[in-house]
Amino acid sequence: MTYFSDVAALARKDLLLELRSRDTLPAMLLFVVSTLVVFHFALPTGTSATAEVGLLWVAILFTALLGLVRAFVAEREQRVLDGLVLSPCDRSAIWLGKGIAVLAFLAAAELVALPAYALFFAPVSWELVAAVALADVGLAAVGTLLAAMAAAGRARELLLPLLFLPLVIPVVVGGIGASVSDDPGRYLAFLGLYDAVFAILSWASFEYVVTE
Amino acid sequence: MIRAAGLSRDFGPKRVLRGLDFEVPRGGFLLVTGPNGSGKSTLLALCAGLLAPTAGELEVAAERREVGYVAHEPLVYRELTALENLDLYGRLYRVGERRERIGMLLERFGLWDARHERVSSFSRGMAQRLALCRAFLHDPRLLLLDEPYAALDDAGGRVLDEEIAALARERTLVVATHEPARVERLATAKLALA
Amino acid sequence: MSTSLRNNQAVLLAAAAAVLLLVGTALAFYWVPNAPVEGFRQRIFYFHVPIALTAYACFGWGAWKALRLLWTRERRYDLESYTAVHMGVIFGILTLVTGSIWARTSWGHWWVWGSRQLVLFLILFLFYAAYFMLRYSVDPGPRRANMSAVYALFGVALIPVSFLAIRLAEDLVHPVVFTHDVEERLSGSQLATFLVCLGGMLALAGALYANELTGKRLDARLRELREALQ
Repeated sequence: MTYFSDVAALARKDLLLELRSRDTLPAMLLFVVSTLVVFHFALPTGTSATAEVGLLWVAILFTALLGLVRAFVAEREQRVLDGLVLSPCDRSAIWLGKGIAVLAFLAAAELVALPAYALFFAPVSWELVAAVALADVGLAAVGTLLAAMAAAGRARELLLPLLFLPLVIPVVVGGIGASVSDDPGRYLAFLGLYDAVFAILSWASFEYVVTE
Repeated sequence: MIRAAGLSRDFGPKRVLRGLDFEVPRGGFLLVTGPNGSGKSTLLALCAGLLAPTAGELEVAAERREVGYVAHEPLVYRELTALENLDLYGRLYRVGERRERIGMLLERFGLWDARHERVSSFSRGMAQRLALCRAFLHDPRLLLLDEPYAALDDAGGRVLDEEIAALARERTLVVATHEPARVERLATAKLALA
Repeated sequence: MSTSLRNNQAVLLAAAAAVLLLVGTALAFYWVPNAPVEGFRQRIFYFHVPIALTAYACFGWGAWKALRLLWTRERRYDLESYTAVHMGVIFGILTLVTGSIWARTSWGHWWVWGSRQLVLFLILFLFYAAYFMLRYSVDPGPRRANMSAVYALFGVALIPVSFLAIRLAEDLVHPVVFTHDVEERLSGSQLATFLVCLGGMLALAGALYANELTGKRLDARLRELREALQ
């Protein structure tokens, strides 16, 4: 059970850091609202409601990217990641702790984004909320792993979107499907499948991303 | 405790360490010297397990929870306080009687009054002292110290002298430093990198 | 680690590839009868699908080598995995090109979102192109090898998940699905031609793989020798 206390300690550390520095979360909140406003101007009249939902998902994706680029900044700048990797805790606990924090930030961003969307565009169905919740898990899972990869290289802000976007196309499909189709259950199940597959894969392989 | 045979490490095209052979027995004290860029930090990072050799062998008979490592960077979160940093590491290293041990170390290294301040407000010397607290926190059997005296003032240096002298009696140490004179007499072996 | 200039494996594979592809091309253009619905232009199927399958095989091979790397931590698997992915991307691009040509001749457009294979390969191409960006961005060493391997493994997990996603997306985004009339059973001559071409493509991939691997290993050996001389 020390595994979960490690995860808790690490997640708490990340939330505490964000509380102190307050740089990532406010930026994400502002970004998602700004993006929705831009979309309003980018959509000509007569655009279908489906297209509007699609743009919400795009906004969520790019807000997630914004947050993920910052995910390992503290660890990278002071090489603290070395300190964490050297400790006896399982390396996957680092992924899980960080992933939980990322998930919390995403959820907070959507707590703002969804009401804003409802205000600017159209009401939000509960299927959309469920889809967003499931999608967040997948985005946080792969995003945290990829952020650690990108952090090890040069041009990390450029690299992360390139790594991230192809991998999360299925999430967009699942999300849109659950939001607009007549059979949202299928798409929600698909999102669940994606989450399961990639969360397990990320959990198992994080060790190799941060060690030699 | 540590055995290296033909140990080499490249960074891309550059070979930083080539064909090193050495042994550090249990309780030994290896002093590593050499000019800048000779690979002292690389050697210590290899022993810590942060880097893997590109050629040769390196055996370190110590688990992660038994190794204490001091690097060039203090490896602490700048936006957390000294206490929070040590508490995190204390949990990760499963330090028994965590609070007492942290308090004791902070006192020893003169950081007790600054324990609630964020590391971002620390001087370089204070950060280094915190790094030493972090490294000693879990009472490691193997200590890998990379320039431990860097940025320390006289008082800090003296405390470190005493600590190293005490540790050298029972623990295994590898110390890389520009000031070998301070620890020379304790060393059981020397390694000069070119 | 064979760095001998007489790379027998690659030569044999290249010879096999040449023979199989020549025969296959001949069969595809002259022997096999016209497909009932599509007619002459359907013959590109004998190139497009083997190329696609070969690309999948390369990505799978790359993932296998990646797994070996993570399992044994032996450095040589990094080069093998990378080369396999490289081959996969080459054949992937060829898949997109041949698929595009086929789409143009069949439906009049150079690109159709309704073609599942085409869209899947587009996603995979983006994914594996990012693989190279990742490798370019990180300094060579064990770290880069590990990360590349993990990424290659994510790639093969992505293949079925993406395919599923594309199928689900069809109901939403593109109601018109473009399929070629090859989903039905192949006749004897069609199957024979297809298998010959498939064998040829696989042999070609193998030959290119062995050749590139030898070249890269020679480079590495040369660098090692240079270092030793210094």
